[in-house]
Amino acid sequence: MDREENLKMRLMVKSHEKPARTGRKLAQEVAVRACMNIASILIVGVMGIILVSIFYKGISAFHWTMLTEDTKAGTFISIGDPGGIRNAIVGSLYLALSSTLLALVVGLACALCMNVYMVKYPRLLHTARFLLDLVWGVPSIIYGALGMSLMVFLGIKASLLAGIITVSLFVLPIMIRAIDEVMKTVPVGLSESVLSMGSTRSELSYKVYMRQCFPGIVTAVLLSFGRAIGDAASVLYVTGDNARIPGSLMDTASTLPVTIFNLINSPSAAAQEKAYSAAFILTLIILCISLLSRYISKHYQKYRIF
Amino acid sequence: MNISSNRRTRDRVITILTYMAMGLVLLLPFVLFFGLAFKSELLFRDNSLGDLLFSSEWNTGEGKFGFKSFIVGSLYVTLVAMVITAPICLLSAIHITQYAPRKTAGLVTTAIDILAGIPSVVYGVWGMIFVVPFVSKVIAPVFGVQTTGFSILSGGIVLAIMVIPFILNILIEIYRTIPKELTEVSLSLGATRWEVIRDVLNRKALPGVLAAFGFGFARAFGETMAVLMVVGNVAQVPTGLFQPGYPLPALIANLYGELGSVPQIESALMFAALLLFVVVLIFNAALRWFIVKAEKY
Amino acid sequence: MEQLQEKSAIKVENLDLYAGKTHILKNINIEIPKNRLTVILGPSGCGKTTLLKCMNRLTDLTPDIRVTGNIYIGDQAVFGSKTDIVALRRRMGLLSQRPFPLPMNIYNNIAYGLKLRGKYSRAELNELVEHYLRQVNLWDEVKDRLRSPAVRLSIGQQQRLCLARGLAVNPDIILADEPTSALDPVSSEAIEKQFSALARDYTLVMVTHVLRQARRIADYVIFMYMGEVIEMRPAREFFEDPREEQTRKYLSGAFN
Repeated sequence: MDREENLKMRLMVKSHEKPARTGRKLAQEVAVRACMNIASILIVGVMGIILVSIFYKGISAFHWTMLTEDTKAGTFISIGDPGGIRNAIVGSLYLALSSTLLALVVGLACALCMNVYMVKYPRLLHTARFLLDLVWGVPSIIYGALGMSLMVFLGIKASLLAGIITVSLFVLPIMIRAIDEVMKTVPVGLSESVLSMGSTRSELSYKVYMRQCFPGIVTAVLLSFGRAIGDAASVLYVTGDNARIPGSLMDTASTLPVTIFNLINSPSAAAQEKAYSAAFILTLIILCISLLSRYISKHYQKYRIF
Repeated sequence: MNISSNRRTRDRVITILTYMAMGLVLLLPFVLFFGLAFKSELLFRDNSLGDLLFSSEWNTGEGKFGFKSFIVGSLYVTLVAMVITAPICLLSAIHITQYAPRKTAGLVTTAIDILAGIPSVVYGVWGMIFVVPFVSKVIAPVFGVQTTGFSILSGGIVLAIMVIPFILNILIEIYRTIPKELTEVSLSLGATRWEVIRDVLNRKALPGVLAAFGFGFARAFGETMAVLMVVGNVAQVPTGLFQPGYPLPALIANLYGELGSVPQIESALMFAALLLFVVVLIFNAALRWFIVKAEKY
Repeated sequence: MEQLQEKSAIKVENLDLYAGKTHILKNINIEIPKNRLTVILGPSGCGKTTLLKCMNRLTDLTPDIRVTGNIYIGDQAVFGSKTDIVALRRRMGLLSQRPFPLPMNIYNNIAYGLKLRGKYSRAELNELVEHYLRQVNLWDEVKDRLRSPAVRLSIGQQQRLCLARGLAVNPDIILADEPTSALDPVSSEAIEKQFSALARDYTLVMVTHVLRQARRIADYVIFMYMGEVIEMRPAREFFEDPREEQTRKYLSGAFN
């Protein structure tokens, strides 16, 4: 290394040196940081505005009889009080619970399949995950269209069953991805040691994966349930309408989101008021689910095997 | 070790069952595609693909099915939403990962979680009671325009808020995975914090950020209920922000109601769904390919 | 602690550092001599890297860190609200454990730091880039692909590029955090040689847990254990005549 040459270069750099903080740099930094703060405040603010306006409008129109009475038949188009929304709430719960359950059974099988059996074939696994990612992004209205044409194809009328099938197809990719994300984190060493103790692969699935991933599976279920109960586009016409609580799977069923949509588009002011309350109830249900899943993921973190 | 035949059979049965479930799920995209394509075949008997895509003539009674208004409407609303949401998400993601103290970051992420959970219909209701009057009474008068408020702009605003959690979560993940040492060495070169972000971190994050916006676009493109409730739904090619539009998903939702009046309606509905499906699928597939390419670079 | 015979470049006074409630650095008092190679030695987890990062206040990046006491670079305090930390950081180069080339091409990896701090003509930049790439013996390997991304270089080449990048912005002090730990033996030897040569014109502070490396190149050794400085002495004395019990144990291999 040539020291003199080096010294020359250092002097050259030194002579070009400008002060570290020029006014322009400082101003730029301040401006950008202000913009960032505004962006974050905007997000929190919008969240606040949405909750406040939904709660305010909803609570002022709310009455307990909404939860205990069914809709008066055919009131969406007429003027006047449409009655309660008990049928829609129960219909939505039926729909969301059974479709989440269905999706859980299939989804769990898929996630186990990928993480226990398919790990031996990385390329196949990669393709599977790619396809799943693709379905994950499909909008719910397309499932609605599919459910519709399936119904026509199979000759079923609008019914709770048709809704359950449609919604479970819609939440299935969400469920699988959520469970898969958790199962991916199970260390290879753990399954290897269980296998080397003489377990079969299917025993490995429920001995290790099910137990280790239990909290993750619960949050996946809650996530899917939230989606299932809140989505309107997929069941807009698939379940039909019912002024009463559905009696069987082949019965038609009203759902909460679709009821909100119908109520708010009704010309009757009373119906619109009911729509606000119904939206408030739906939001409340969703918030409870999200709180519960937060609590569970925090609570169970402590009880993991490691 | 001796595995009893009972256990072995059970293992085999369970293996086969899980593979069957997996197979079924992986068939789903193909079932969706071919199902929709098969159902929209009827529409092609009287209309060419060019007519369907580029004609704006829509008259179900006369069998005229030009989807141009809906395609343009969809693109318009989605673009407006992205223009609003992209800078907010980017700035907030940088804020949360680089500047914000832990409590502030926690507050914003909680807000995102709540926004992510709110159902589409509730966004629609909120749009009708808040955004639509806001657009007609506050924003439109500024531009000297008269409008009911049910417009492309309202749809764009509601949509922008709905995709914030989706995009922001991806962006936060991207900025979090950039190694801290990169910031450290750049600071040591004499850069200010902002210079590090502008010249180094943003450049590193660029492919991921673009992909996140792409995914957000695809997500917004397919969003139905909330948009349906605030865009006005008039079948015309929209020419301005304050005009009503009629996006594809809204069309699908409304066509259900007309089902049965003309035989081609079901076919038109399925074609609209197919269009939506193909656009979203191509977007998602292309972006995954792009990410893989960008990682190698 | 005895007074240093030589002129000091960095002075650490009563430095304590807490991360949350953990007491990481405990009452550190050291002086680092100018234009010498000082090695901070100690078992992993003893706070050596944290001490190094305190010197140009990279601790700012970690939330929940509390510092008392101070560090002086010349007569400027590192911690304090009045400190112009950007100006101070400009006097110190940093070489990290693994190479982290900037997401730019090879040329700009070196030119970036220069452009931040002054206006240069094209010719001047070219001259400087070539000079510093030559200084780390990288010029001949990369002169034909200066415009290709720096991440395509091998790890050893990347680390030399990072050194050149740090030297180009004309620091007085170079901080190095186990700069050879991710490298193959050949590149690692190249970096060590560079360091020995640089020690004539720069103050070098290097963190390492490799005893042999310290023995090979150090002028001074600071030995740390559990967040405390156990002893700080010229390298020869340190290795031949350790004073403290812990040092003797460490040198005989009891900790690692």
